[in-house]
Amino acid sequence: MAAVTAIPPFERFYVEQRDIVLGFLRRRLGATAAEDAFQETFLRALRAYPRLEHGEHLRAWVLTIAARLVIDSGRRARPASSQLPDLPVEDGRPAYAQLEHLANGLPPTERAAVVLRYGYDLHYDDIAAALGSSPEAARQAASSGIRRLRAEGEST
Amino acid sequence: MTVSTELDTRFRDAAATAGLLDVGFDVVESPIGPLLMAATERGLCRISFQPDPERHLDQLAKEFGSRVLRSSTAVDVAHEQLDEYFAGSRRGFELDVDLRATAPFAHRVLDELARVPFGETTTYGTLAGRVGAPRAARAVGTVMNRNPLPIVLPCHRVVGSNGSLTGYGGGLHVKEHLLRLEGVLL
Repeated sequence: MAAVTAIPPFERFYVEQRDIVLGFLRRRLGATAAEDAFQETFLRALRAYPRLEHGEHLRAWVLTIAARLVIDSGRRARPASSQLPDLPVEDGRPAYAQLEHLANGLPPTERAAVVLRYGYDLHYDDIAAALGSSPEAARQAASSGIRRLRAEGEST
Repeated sequence: MTVSTELDTRFRDAAATAGLLDVGFDVVESPIGPLLMAATERGLCRISFQPDPERHLDQLAKEFGSRVLRSSTAVDVAHEQLDEYFAGSRRGFELDVDLRATAPFAHRVLDELARVPFGETTTYGTLAGRVGAPRAARAVGTVMNRNPLPIVLPCHRVVGSNGSLTGYGGGLHVKEHLLRLEGVLL
């Protein structure tokens, strides 16, 4: 059985992620709105914490919560639809919901990069922070994920 | 981007107030040194003479749940009563305690311990007798040594059968300090 990363006590998770989350929210919302969104992000994380199944990719996880809040706040900077691959539109679900489903078969890093980039409209610096890699590596992971999705789409 | 103390405190207080924590803890100052205090929804669950939170996070998470967060709000009632005790204006604690992580025998011993009044002492053997295990004085000593709530559950009031102070988790000087505060030692 593969070793599963244990879920850390929330205190440790929060201290490790709080600065990155605030930085992300400030870039997207400005200083004042970011403070409210910061609190809401971690309150939502607390509510969802008991349902986590493992402690992997917690940074990506909390950034998706923050990104969802940014989207909800209606201040989304620009749609990323021009860069989206030709994915079938199954229903009226938001982009991240569709992508999370469609990208299920991708390797974990590519899946995270695709969902964060095209589902949540995160910039590559933020995705890099979430994945613990460089912006260039994040860009490559996203584009190779998209290539793989396209190939799968054509073969079915 | 560093989170300001104000924003940090605001989130921690909101989390505790919303009832989202399995365990809230804080480190408080006292005349016998800094103490770590922790509480769940059910009541106070930890007082420790080792104030470094990092030493406690994993154990608290294991015993009570992973949502462990530092928040003064979570322990403010207990903290206030402790301050009153050290100031000499409180003789007993009116606090709910959470001993769910304590084994049955230790639980019984700690329940009996809670009945030992302010300003009095008892012995390990007497306590053993009160839980119906008169020969278990040594086991009672082990329970005292692992007491999750020293001061509030007054293991400092338990001494050897010859009246010697024997030992104390926080150090003998702390036991002396507490017994002096209660007028047992002069």
